[in-house]
Amino acid sequence: MDYFAQQLINGLVLGSIYGLIAIGYTMVYGIVGMINFAHGDVFMIGGFIALISFLVLVSFGLTTVPVVLLIVLLVSMAITALYGWTVERIAYRPLRHSFRLAPMLSAIGMSFVLSNFSQVAQGARVKPVPPIITGGYTLHEGAGGFVVQLSNIQIVVVVSTVALLLVFTWLVARTRLGRDMRACEQDQTMAALLGVDVDRTISMTFVIGSALAAVAGMMYLLYYGLVDFYMGFVAGIKAFTAAVLGGIGSLPGAMLGGLAIGLIETMWSAYFSVEYKDVAAFSILIVVLIFMPTGLLGRPEVEKV
Amino acid sequence: MTAFATDSTPAARTAGIPFILKKALISAAVALVLFSLMIGIRTEAGPTGQLIYWTRFGDLAAVVAAVFGGSIVIELLRHWLGPADTRQIIPPAVQRGLSVAGSFVGPALLVFTLLVPVIFYDQRYILDLAILVLTYVMLGWGLNVVVGLAGLLDLGYVAFYAVGAYSYALLATNFGLSFWVCLPLAGILASLWGVMLGFPVLRLRGDYLAIVTLAFGEIIRLVIINWQSLTGGPNGVSGIPRPTFFGIPLTPGDDGLAARLGIEFSPTHRIVFLFYLILALALLTNWVTIRLRGLPIGRAWEALREDEVACRALGINTTTTKLTAFATGAMFGGFAGAFFATRQGFISPESFTFQESALVLAIVVLGGMGSQLGVALAALAMIGGFELFRGLEQYRMLVFGIAMVLLMIWRPRGLIGHRAPTVYLKQAQAISSDLVKEGHG
Repeated sequence: MDYFAQQLINGLVLGSIYGLIAIGYTMVYGIVGMINFAHGDVFMIGGFIALISFLVLVSFGLTTVPVVLLIVLLVSMAITALYGWTVERIAYRPLRHSFRLAPMLSAIGMSFVLSNFSQVAQGARVKPVPPIITGGYTLHEGAGGFVVQLSNIQIVVVVSTVALLLVFTWLVARTRLGRDMRACEQDQTMAALLGVDVDRTISMTFVIGSALAAVAGMMYLLYYGLVDFYMGFVAGIKAFTAAVLGGIGSLPGAMLGGLAIGLIETMWSAYFSVEYKDVAAFSILIVVLIFMPTGLLGRPEVEKV
Repeated sequence: MTAFATDSTPAARTAGIPFILKKALISAAVALVLFSLMIGIRTEAGPTGQLIYWTRFGDLAAVVAAVFGGSIVIELLRHWLGPADTRQIIPPAVQRGLSVAGSFVGPALLVFTLLVPVIFYDQRYILDLAILVLTYVMLGWGLNVVVGLAGLLDLGYVAFYAVGAYSYALLATNFGLSFWVCLPLAGILASLWGVMLGFPVLRLRGDYLAIVTLAFGEIIRLVIINWQSLTGGPNGVSGIPRPTFFGIPLTPGDDGLAARLGIEFSPTHRIVFLFYLILALALLTNWVTIRLRGLPIGRAWEALREDEVACRALGINTTTTKLTAFATGAMFGGFAGAFFATRQGFISPESFTFQESALVLAIVVLGGMGSQLGVALAALAMIGGFELFRGLEQYRMLVFGIAMVLLMIWRPRGLIGHRAPTVYLKQAQAISSDLVKEGHG
């Protein structure tokens, strides 16, 4: 039971990170109708920028952890958002009315560009960081000496995810930008006729999605203590799985799917085998797409001629 | 690099110098922010395991300057070439001449390929490279059935290549089966996997299908890595038997082919044999594809690529049609995999990564989706290009990615040619759907 509780905590933390990435996939898919294959690599870039800005700040003599982390978060979100904006501008906007495989292939190309760019720029080796947020709480001490622990970093990850999610939900539900986004999602031509700047709205979607991916990248860095240039690929596919599981196009669905994938992966590693955890996640993707193509919270898609 | 917006606003057409400069400055500013940390600062794990960093502001300045200059060049080029949709008018006589010349390219290329081992007999490097190119030509033609003809985006083609390679490797090392027995088996097993994957997932829409095939490719690779008792895990399978000339080994011994023919043994014989083997396999792929294209099933594939809903309305069973395309493509992937295993003599999961799938896909797209000659030329250009970049190993994939994006923007339908359906109406309908469309039909 204690073991299960500990895995539950670990799974929820991992799931929060996946959920943050999944939101980027689901938003872009909802509006543009394409799988932004490079989104996983944008997450990786976010992790790298967090790492570099952290190093620079520490070497300037800033040692107050909360202040440093806040600055790192803001810098990482801002620069990564610009990456997302640039990717959309270069690789996707010219192809918006092209034939249907073109944006997907362009996105795959962009994914190679981003991951190999960071390999060339920062080297192929894994970059470790010492634990920045340490300490934690012991929740329960079991009879067999097994201790259920909740570390501070886990709290930070979950709390910031929830906070961001609230801000984000408010953004989509209450602001002008959110209304524009929902309008574009329903019918771009109609939205344009009613005075919505479609190009700008799509750009903003990429900016927001990338900023959330940057947060995920930073959380990943803090939680696992390392980044490398290849981490975006697998994390990206899993986050996409999460988005599909939750119902692509649905924001709460993306978060729910992220949590589910995180839990499944953790539980699979804990009770079956660590080696096959990725196989489990990918198999779920296939099974969900076969039996529940609309996901948990998605709306059924009507095909129009 | 940041400013290839192709939305041709009126300002872009009448671009004056201030406009171009402004755009270049914005691009450079964006590049400065993007690359400030990623290029300006280099991190590395130091000797004690702690991260250290050093600055590279010179490189950063160079990159930003390059973006500034590149942006100006692109703007000027666009200014001179006019809007993207301008067609260059070629005189009909020249056009006819070109198409006559075009019809000779294929046969000429084939004759040249047949003569490659004769011309380059002493140059082992060129022969090896030619075998590699032909392997990719075959993979490209195999994937062309799936992507080019049927229009199904398959991102996990390498899985079938892996199934073929491991089928031969394991059957040969465990049961001592010969290459010629295993070759059809590898094809059958690969297409069986194609059917197993395809049957449930083929009703998915285009990009969902792409992701599922990608996931499938990764699953196969992960299973190969982790099922150590069968596949040897990351260490791979070694000691895979070399192919025989229909039972006669190509070895220096008394029963070898050279001894039987009464000529002196040379290791080049095996290379030449492998060359003609893969050439024959590739031509088989090509021949089968061309024949299938004229059959009802091939026409159904092309119709499916053009419009799936219309296909269903006309009573074509889309599931079986897709499935046959998938299985056929997978079978050729399996053949190529068996050849790969026998040529290398050693295989490991590292040869079957997603990059490989993307490379084959890029060959098909570059070749122009469905054009057989285009795919062959694209494979030559792609693998040849990779060889040119051999010295710059780490920049290779970066250049590959940039090329893929630029190609999609510049010519989304492929660089070399796009194949129109084998049968189509020669005359346009008098009433187009634009005139009768009322609301959503």
